[in-house]
Amino acid sequence: MQAWQLLLQRLWRNSAFRFGVAVLGVLLLLAALAPVLGTVDPAAMDSANINTASGMRGEFTQLDGTVVKHTFWMGADNFGRDIFSRVLYGTRTSLLVAAFTATVAISVGALLGMLAGYFRMVDAVLMRFMDGLMAIPAILLAIALVAALGAQLWTVVVAIAIPEIPRVTRLVRSMVLTLREEPFVEAARALATPTPVILWRHILPNAMAPLIVQGTFVAASAVLTEAILSFLGLGLPADIPTWGNIMAEGRVQFTQYPGNVLFPALFLVPTVLAINLLGDGLRDVLDPKFSKRSP
Amino acid sequence: MSTEAAPVLVIDKLHVALPPGSDRAYAVENISLSIRPGKTLCIVGESGSGKSVMATAVMGLLARELKPGPGCIFLKGESLLDASAQHLRALRGQAMGMVFQEPMTALNPVMSCGDQIDELLREHTDWNAKRRSEAVLDIVQRVKLPEPERMLRSYPHQLSGGQRQRIMIAMAVILQPALLICDEPTTALDVTTQKEILKLIAELQEDQSSGRRQACAVLFITHDMGVVADIADEVLVMHQGRAVEYGTRDEVLRNPRADYTKMLLAAVPGMTPPPARPAPQGSPLLRGFEVSKTYVARDWLGRQRLTHALQAASVAVSAGETVGVVGESGSGKSTLARCLIRLIDPTGGQVLWRPPGEGVDDALIDVAGFPEGRLRPLRSQVQVVFQDPNRSLNPRRKVGDAIMEGAINFGATRAEAVALAVSLMHRVRLPVEGLQRYPSQFSGGQRQRIAIARALACRPRVLVADEAVSALDVSVQAQILSLLREIQAELGLGLLFITHDLRVAAQLCDRVIVMHQGKIVEEGPTAELYAHPQHDYTRRLLAAAPGAAF
Repeated sequence: MQAWQLLLQRLWRNSAFRFGVAVLGVLLLLAALAPVLGTVDPAAMDSANINTASGMRGEFTQLDGTVVKHTFWMGADNFGRDIFSRVLYGTRTSLLVAAFTATVAISVGALLGMLAGYFRMVDAVLMRFMDGLMAIPAILLAIALVAALGAQLWTVVVAIAIPEIPRVTRLVRSMVLTLREEPFVEAARALATPTPVILWRHILPNAMAPLIVQGTFVAASAVLTEAILSFLGLGLPADIPTWGNIMAEGRVQFTQYPGNVLFPALFLVPTVLAINLLGDGLRDVLDPKFSKRSP
Repeated sequence: MSTEAAPVLVIDKLHVALPPGSDRAYAVENISLSIRPGKTLCIVGESGSGKSVMATAVMGLLARELKPGPGCIFLKGESLLDASAQHLRALRGQAMGMVFQEPMTALNPVMSCGDQIDELLREHTDWNAKRRSEAVLDIVQRVKLPEPERMLRSYPHQLSGGQRQRIMIAMAVILQPALLICDEPTTALDVTTQKEILKLIAELQEDQSSGRRQACAVLFITHDMGVVADIADEVLVMHQGRAVEYGTRDEVLRNPRADYTKMLLAAVPGMTPPPARPAPQGSPLLRGFEVSKTYVARDWLGRQRLTHALQAASVAVSAGETVGVVGESGSGKSTLARCLIRLIDPTGGQVLWRPPGEGVDDALIDVAGFPEGRLRPLRSQVQVVFQDPNRSLNPRRKVGDAIMEGAINFGATRAEAVALAVSLMHRVRLPVEGLQRYPSQFSGGQRQRIAIARALACRPRVLVADEAVSALDVSVQAQILSLLREIQAELGLGLLFITHDLRVAAQLCDRVIVMHQGKIVEEGPTAELYAHPQHDYTRRLLAAAPGAAF
């Protein structure tokens, strides 16, 4: 059996990992199949359906004027938009933001961490800058960045990723500091292997496990931060539905129509939980040193 | 002394089962032994022989996965396998004490040594504070620690390895146990320290001063035949969980019956150097001239504190010659090696390498101040093999890629590199299929062969072996040494061999350099140096080598 097959087997035996994969799998399916799951255009407003109660069956007038039969599983909001459609399309946004943010934070953090860990001159300058970044609360920094860059998908991703980068950099730097003293790295130096190749071939693969684990935690916090930014009205523009801005718009009528806030929350909570559990499972298997439980 | 006192420890047909799916069914299989008071039984074996499992089984400290199977252990007539966990806890310390290999991990780093000894007394006795502190001070004096009061206030990291081991021994014997179990207690120590610790254990064993009824029995676990020759009364040789031979020391060492014991004894390198080889011709390939390395530490006021790791050491290695550098830990021998292969920057002196190609005979270049970029084209000439075979290969890279890395760095095409890797696998006697595997699929000795193949891949003229056989079992060590000798003869390599093991140096080296506290104290042809050591330290080192008589 190949090494990766054994690894998958061990991962699958971990119940936290299984739960995380299952929940995320369902969410991915919902996001991918959103157009065929009985949804309408999430941005379409139908004045006939303002504040329709959840579970009602009725008719919905599309933007182009056509009328379709529709079941309002989660009701409609005070503009007559279908909440169910908005939440499903919002899942797309959340998962996209999570994946992009994790990728950006991990790649940039790994690169900077390797430079700081291997080159002493870079270390002194870079790590003081990172210390400075870490002194600013993550959410404040993200708000400031969105305000400066304007609200689009990529700016939100960058704004959420930047506060995460110092943490990833620190993690990678500390791993590189121990790995660079390993005899196999010294042997590579004695074999005249160029430094970038040493970093890429000998150091990065051995730092990968904790990096993947860290990536899942970055993804989980990205989902939350994106929702917070949107809730504050600083996230993605209002025409792109996200769980955060659905909740923000529902907040005004929370006492009469609590569903407008509770239904997106019902998606947000398990998503964050599932990604975190997935990360815990990965850590138990890939990186037992940092595991809270004994292996 | 009474003629035949009842044995302190009797083990009868003991089995310890390994979890299902292991390479064998039992970690320990059908082992019987007994030790009388005042006697020392050595269990000797290579790694994986189950010798340490024996020690933990007696202490009742077996790992959860290991289950004691059929068989019994009696301590002074009491069955230990039937004892409750609580009773076992009371027996540990009171009736049996244990000394481990690594005193740093066995001691609690955040408790002072005095408190740790005191804790033992609080657990096992109802003595008052005054009596306890007297007992603690007394035991620290008996294990001959200098400045006992200061030692008791110190934390483990403030003591040397030997001092830490003395603290461990103090804890093991303070309640005068009938049985002392020592699991490789001197393996992590230098030979001169090892000698002192062995002497101390023997003295404490006989110590009747504080009203002890009978001398202590010692169960001593080791892999070192020299130590066995020095301290054992009886010897049990283990292999793959089974006892291959059990008898008195002289029977086992002088007249071994089992083939395995014979092989084990034959693999131990002797202290007498073989007849000298003819001196090498031609100028040196690698030379260090007054190489120094000084580390500078600054405190918070910016004051310098200098550590002279290496002071003005000069070495030269010629083609076909093996130069040994021996010394204890902290002697600067590894620093010298790392300066010579330019893994670290020397602070003074010259490091001279021969450039690649068949140039003029004496054209050595001083590379002491070269930056990494200028070193790279020259690096093919000097290669290195490290001590720990587990860490010297990248666990995420296939063996083939590791071996080809050097060749490709020096301009070989992939096809040439593959052909070279295949021929190198033959040369180090590993199957060619191994190129596709990962290092974790090989044993320690095989990994060391891979590391040698990797070093040879860029066709070096000098090989620096930094404790290259020190982490290996004796039988594997003998194989690697003969492989090195063979490769040297075939390729005419210069070999710089760093070791703490005087026996290995005696067998392999043409010349030996003795280092102590960062300085070369003596050097000379091996036979001459071993027969007539000039420097005081060399004499002490040679006298401390275990089992010198055997």
